[in-house]
Amino acid sequence: MKAINTMSLTFDSLEVNESFARSAAAGFFTQLDPTVEELCDIRTAVSEAVTNAIVHGYRRGAGKVRLTARIYPGRKITVAVRDSGCGIADIEKAMEPLYTTDPEGERSGLGFSVMQSFMDAVRVSSAPGKGTTVTMQRTLSPLPERGEAE
Amino acid sequence: MNTDVFGSMSAGCCRCTIDSRGELLSVRLSGEIDQAGAAPLRERIDQAAESCLPQTLMLDFSGVTFMDSSGIGLIMGRYRLMQTMGGELLVTGASPRIRRLMQMGGLDKLPIFGGGEKPRQ
Repeated sequence: MKAINTMSLTFDSLEVNESFARSAAAGFFTQLDPTVEELCDIRTAVSEAVTNAIVHGYRRGAGKVRLTARIYPGRKITVAVRDSGCGIADIEKAMEPLYTTDPEGERSGLGFSVMQSFMDAVRVSSAPGKGTTVTMQRTLSPLPERGEAE
Repeated sequence: MNTDVFGSMSAGCCRCTIDSRGELLSVRLSGEIDQAGAAPLRERIDQAAESCLPQTLMLDFSGVTFMDSSGIGLIMGRYRLMQTMGGELLVTGASPRIRRLMQMGGLDKLPIFGGGEKPRQ
């Protein structure tokens, strides 16, 4: 299916950019008039994916994170967060709840669980040394019929 | 007692105000808690707790507008800290959305919600 609108941005692997990334993605999707709840879900999921790229992908080192948000017909949206960091050897294990490669940083190991809970589907593509792309998909609820809210 | 660790601080999009009264160390959190804000926040809270050795550390989430799983790690770490000090952690004021996250992290199994604030099942 071809996207009807796309937004891409690339930013440095800095924790301070987490809030920028989630706000940018939420701002892009406001054109679909999502519910407040849906926007909060997207912001949370994007925050987790970007944190993973910075903390796990680049181990808090220098790098670039690319965020791509797409809108498809039928109010379907996707957000892809890509890093060129260390990659993941065992994706299945990485997605297990409470698994973390950063126990010293008090990470809870719930990043993927939160993404899966707040979005409809999460796909991870990665290989050691080749970076990681996390693609999250969700279909927004239908808009109320005209006059329904009046 | 190191009084410099009390008062207000900002870290990223997150702010906190720390106040010590008797056996109670209260931390009022506000804004957005993410990975960027959690690290300086926990450092400041730990400094205050180690300075005044409270019986109860209270984290008040009523001003928090956004939290991701970094907040779970923040709570778990403070829970362990208070355990090592022989005290208790109390979490108050969390919105339903934040309570849902806490439940995902298994925090509903910990005795940290006082009377009636346990996350809904």
